[in-house]
Amino acid sequence: MSERKYTDQHEWLEVDGDLVTVGITDFAQSELGDIVFVELPEVGAALTAGEEVIVIESVKAAGEVGSPLNGVVEAVNEVLADAPETINEDPMGAGWLIKVRTDAVVDLSGFMDEAAYNTFTEDS
Amino acid sequence: MGTSEILLSTPLYSLHLELGAKMVPFAGYQMPVQYPSGIIQEHLQTRQQAGLFDVSHMGQIRVAGVTAASELENLLPIDLDTLPVNYQRYTLLTNNEAGVRDDLMICRRSETEFLLIVNAACKTDDLSYIQAHISAGNTVEMLENRALLALQGPGSVEVMAELAPGLLTLKFMQAADCEIAGVPCFVTRSGYTGEDGFEISLPTDGTEIVARALLGFETVEMIGLGARDSLRLEAGLCLYGHELDEHISPVEAGLNWAIAKSRRAHGSKAAGFPGAERILQQITGATTRKRVGLLSQEKAPIRAETELQSVSGQPAGIVVSGGYSPASQSAIAMAYVATEFSQPGTKMNALVRGKLRPLEVVELPFVAHRYKQN
Repeated sequence: MSERKYTDQHEWLEVDGDLVTVGITDFAQSELGDIVFVELPEVGAALTAGEEVIVIESVKAAGEVGSPLNGVVEAVNEVLADAPETINEDPMGAGWLIKVRTDAVVDLSGFMDEAAYNTFTEDS
Repeated sequence: MGTSEILLSTPLYSLHLELGAKMVPFAGYQMPVQYPSGIIQEHLQTRQQAGLFDVSHMGQIRVAGVTAASELENLLPIDLDTLPVNYQRYTLLTNNEAGVRDDLMICRRSETEFLLIVNAACKTDDLSYIQAHISAGNTVEMLENRALLALQGPGSVEVMAELAPGLLTLKFMQAADCEIAGVPCFVTRSGYTGEDGFEISLPTDGTEIVARALLGFETVEMIGLGARDSLRLEAGLCLYGHELDEHISPVEAGLNWAIAKSRRAHGSKAAGFPGAERILQQITGATTRKRVGLLSQEKAPIRAETELQSVSGQPAGIVVSGGYSPASQSAIAMAYVATEFSQPGTKMNALVRGKLRPLEVVELPFVAHRYKQN
């Protein structure tokens, strides 16, 4: 059973065993506005938590997304190359960014659950 | 500018919030950057139908007096003898180093009276600068109780046909007084999008009435500063602080057309404005850099301050404005490049986060102007 967690960088993580899907939240896409370009890492790339590996460019601004954890890129969302607006349309679903295979049991204690994240965005 | 600074608001502040605007600080004002439909949709709305812009943050400076015209010519490379009443012209406050203090619109309201529309970020400095250079006996004042709206796009004419049909005879850069929804307005046929349209100067206490009357038309939507920037970029128009500043000359910016023939070498009123010697030399000689348009085949915006390299890897220049163009569905930019790289068709690269992104120099504007010329 997967569960969804959130970071203070407005990313979401869906954890399914050692495979973690990463995306940005609806709040983040709304703040960015119309997204026109996404730069994703290569499949197979090794990621370090905190490393800025994804660039999301909207009409207004460039946003860099850090990897929330250590691991290896298992898959990237190929749809985004031609249809980056998918992130605006369905940030929590079809607009996912990357899937990361983690090398250890994921420690979820540093992340927020949905209720905590909602409180966090209301305060920010 | 510190975040603790108190931000001003325009007379349409509550209307912006009512329409769901995202407000941002801009030149000391809280301004709408976009509405819920988003920047791209607002951009297309303006190109296809009509967009209403709140540009009340801009300065409206009235200069009046018997020597106003001749003394303004000491500050601007313009010939006001050729500007009839109710005609407007684009001009520049140049500085002694051949740079630009501000770019502005000047409209003649009577033989002895002018209205200057200046940039929000420059307006306080402009006012004191002009006051210091216009002799006593003339008046130089900021019109604090005036707001400014712009109605832009091909649908603007049909809207005005209903609200103020007297404006339909105006051509690009002509002006007239009229009444819209019972509010006395001063309107020019001009704008900052490349489209046909109108700029409306009006009393602050009538601004919301006029805005709501305009928004009452199905073809009109409110547009934020985000789309205002992408529209002017496609139209190849300069934005002060980007394409123009105190260290960029009008000739480098490709604005020779804004320097009156009579103010050039051998003209009847040659020189006599700040920086004239260098500016006039540049017109007949050459500059080492030029403003150009750059077109990308990709969507990734190439933003201001991005470095440019020639295909052989030499420094070629720097981007001053960049963004996504809905018309070309790719990134476009304006840049200053070394003159040798300024010819349309020249290929170069932008250095974005360590990667080279290919670009080509193209003619400006990116999207043809559709002003009411005839």
